[in-house]
Amino acid sequence: MSRHFPTIDFRANARRVAPAVPAAVQRATMRFLANRAAVVQEMGQARWEDLRRAAHDLRLHTVEHLDYYLARAEAQILAAGGAVHWARDAAEARRIVLSIAQQHGARCVVKAKSMATEEIGLNHALEAAGIEVLETDLGEYLVQLAGQGPSHIIVPAVHMTKEGIASLFRQRLGVDAPAEPQALAGIARSRLREAFLSAEVGITGANFLVAETGTLVIVTNEGNGRMCTTLPPVHVAVVGIEKVVPDWESLTVLLKVLARSATGQKLSCYTSFITGPRRDPAEHGPRQLHVVVLDNGRTRILRDARARETLLCVRCGSCLNVCPVYNHVGGHAYGWVYSGPIGAILTPQLLGTAVAGSLPFASTLCGACSEICPVKIPIHEILLHLRRRAMEGDEMDPPVASGLIRAGAKVSAWFLRSPWLYAAAAHLAGMMQRPLWRDGWLHWLPPPLGRWTLVRPFPTFQGDFRSWWRRRRGGRIAARPPRNGTGRDD
Amino acid sequence: MTVRAKLFITCIGEQFFPQALKSTVTVLERVGVQCEFPEGQTCCGQPLLNSGFQSEARGIARHWLRVFGSGEEYIVAPSGSCVDMVRHHLPDLFPAGSPERAAAVAAAERIFEFTQFLVGVLQVTDVGAFFPHKVAYHASCHLLRGLGVRDEPRELLRAVRGLELLSLSQEEACCGFGGVFSLIYPEVSQTILEAKIRAIAASGADVITACDPGCLISIAGGLVKMRSRVRALHIAELLAADTSAR
Repeated sequence: MSRHFPTIDFRANARRVAPAVPAAVQRATMRFLANRAAVVQEMGQARWEDLRRAAHDLRLHTVEHLDYYLARAEAQILAAGGAVHWARDAAEARRIVLSIAQQHGARCVVKAKSMATEEIGLNHALEAAGIEVLETDLGEYLVQLAGQGPSHIIVPAVHMTKEGIASLFRQRLGVDAPAEPQALAGIARSRLREAFLSAEVGITGANFLVAETGTLVIVTNEGNGRMCTTLPPVHVAVVGIEKVVPDWESLTVLLKVLARSATGQKLSCYTSFITGPRRDPAEHGPRQLHVVVLDNGRTRILRDARARETLLCVRCGSCLNVCPVYNHVGGHAYGWVYSGPIGAILTPQLLGTAVAGSLPFASTLCGACSEICPVKIPIHEILLHLRRRAMEGDEMDPPVASGLIRAGAKVSAWFLRSPWLYAAAAHLAGMMQRPLWRDGWLHWLPPPLGRWTLVRPFPTFQGDFRSWWRRRRGGRIAARPPRNGTGRDD
Repeated sequence: MTVRAKLFITCIGEQFFPQALKSTVTVLERVGVQCEFPEGQTCCGQPLLNSGFQSEARGIARHWLRVFGSGEEYIVAPSGSCVDMVRHHLPDLFPAGSPERAAAVAAAERIFEFTQFLVGVLQVTDVGAFFPHKVAYHASCHLLRGLGVRDEPRELLRAVRGLELLSLSQEEACCGFGGVFSLIYPEVSQTILEAKIRAIAASGADVITACDPGCLISIAGGLVKMRSRVRALHIAELLAADTSAR
C-alpha cells in the first residue's frame, strides 16, 4: 500500500505553512481546550480520571477481542436488514463503495465527515468514475472546495480564516460573500440543501459500532450526518474495525469522554443511532444500509503489542489541540489525513516507516498528548517506539536511517559511555569553540549543530564542576560557590 | 542521622551549567545533606533513546548503572528530564529478569530530581535563600508530566526572601527544545520557543527559572537571540543565593 504514497517530508511541509495558519489554529484549539477544561472541572478531576481509565480498559478489551465483537456486530447488522462488506485495504473499500453507488445509478453522493473515507481516498475514486461527491460537513465542504484535505480531525478547515473562506467562495462559487461566518454558512447551506434532496447515496463514517445491536453511532454538531443517513435512498457507512464497541453501557462511557474531549460539550448536538435500514416503506430513512468494515493496516497494528493502543483512539482531536508542534504548523504539515500526535503515530503504522518515518520525530516528547488523551493512549511512548523502528528497524519495518546517521549514533554512544572519551571530547570542544566565542555564546556552528544556531546561539562548553569539586575536597575552597562560575579553574 | 546523596550532574548540566551544579551542592549541604560525587559518571542515554537508537542507549545506561547502580543512598540530579529517563525508561532497556533490570528498578526508586528531593523527601521548602528579583517559573515537560512535579519548585521559590514569583502565561507549555527535535525540525522548534520567549517578556520577570538544563539552554539562547534582558537561571542558582553572596 505504501508504494502509492510519496515520502512525507515534515520539515519541508512545515516550512511551507502560511503565516496565518498557526494563529487561526491556535484560536480554535485554545477555545476547545478551555471548554474541555470547564466541563472536566464541572465533573470533577477524580471522576474524569475514573472515566478515562474505564474508557481505556474497555477500548483495549475490545481491540484485543475484535474477532468476537466484529462477528457479533455483523450478525446484528444482518439481522437488522443491513449488509456487511469486509474491506482488507483502501482499494477494496473503494471498489465496494463505488460498485454500490453504480448499482444504484448514482450521479451524486452526499457525504458526512468521515476520517475513514479520507483515509481510503474515496472522493477521488468516485469522482474518477463520474460521480459527483459533495461533502456536507461545513469544514469538509470548505476543504473540498479548496482542493485540500482536513487539517484537524474534528475541524477540517481549522486553518482557514473567514476572509480566506469569503475569497474561496468568490473564486469557486462566483458569489460575493462578506467575511462573516453566518452569511458564509448560509451560502454553503443553500448549496447543500439541494444536494441532500437529489443525491442517490449518502456516505458516512461512524464514531462507533455497537456490537450488541449492530447500531452505527454518528456524532455531529451540524445535523448534516442525519440528513445524509435519512434523505438518500441508500446509506453506506465506512467503519474501521477498531470502532466496534461491545454494548450500550460501554458506549455511554465513550460518548461521555468523546464530546467533552473534542469540543468541551457534554454531548454533541446530534448523536444518531442507526440500526438497519427502514423496515417498512411507510418509515423514513434509506431503503438499504451497507456497512463497509475497513481493515487497511489495522490488524497489522494490532500485531504489535507495544503500539497496539494506537487503535484505542476515538478521534476526538484533543491531542492536536494541546500539542505545541501541531499548534505551530497545523495539520497539513503531517502530509496525510491524520495530523497531530495521533497522526504522528498512526500514519507511520498505516503507511509504513518508509513513507512516514519522519513523523514520530515531529514531537518534543512533552507528553501533553498522553496526558489529555481520553482513552489514555501512551502516545509519547509509542512515538519513541516508532522512532526506534525508523532508526534501528524491528519485526514490522526495516530501518530508514542512513548509514551515516547510524554510524554517528554509534560513535556518539561510545563517547557518552566512556568517562575517558567523554572528558576528552568535552576538553576538545572547549578548545575548538574558542575562535567562535562571542559574549559567552556560540552564534555559528558547523552542521549538523548549525541547525541549532539557526534558531538560537549555543552555550559555550564551560564544565568546571569536577575541578571545583576536587579542589573543594582538598579544602582549598569555601563551601560557597564563586558568584561567577564561568571561569575555568585549571 | 545524616542523609547521603550521590550527585548525578547530567551531561548537559556538566557542560553548560556548572554554576547550577555548584549551587545544587551548596543548597543540599546547607540543609544537611552529605553529597558524594561518583567521578565515572557521564550520561543516562536519553539523547540516544529519544533519537531512536535504543540499543546504543542501552550501552550508555549500562555504564550509568555501573556508576550509580549499587548502594543504598539517594541519587539526586538537578534535571527532571534525566531523572524521568532513569525512572521510567532505564528499566525497560533491559530484559525482564536480568540483573541489569533489577539494578535499574532499584536505582529508579532511589533517584530524585533536586526540588522533588528537597520538598518530597527532606520536607524542606525554606532553604534560607535571598533573591530580590521578579521571577517567572517555566514548568519543564518531563519534570511535570513525567515525574508529576508541579508544586515543589513553586513552594521553594515562594519561600525565598525577596523573590517575587510572577505568573507566566501557558507556563506548562513546552519550550520547543525537545532534545533531538530541535536539531531535526529547527524551524518548528524556533516558533515554539519564540512563543515561550514572548510569554516570558510579557510576564514582567527579570529572571526565568526552571529545573531542567535542557530547557534552559534553549530558553537562554532564545532570550539572547531576541535581545531580551531577562536572565535564565537554574532554580538551584536562585535557591543558593543568600544575603552573604550579595
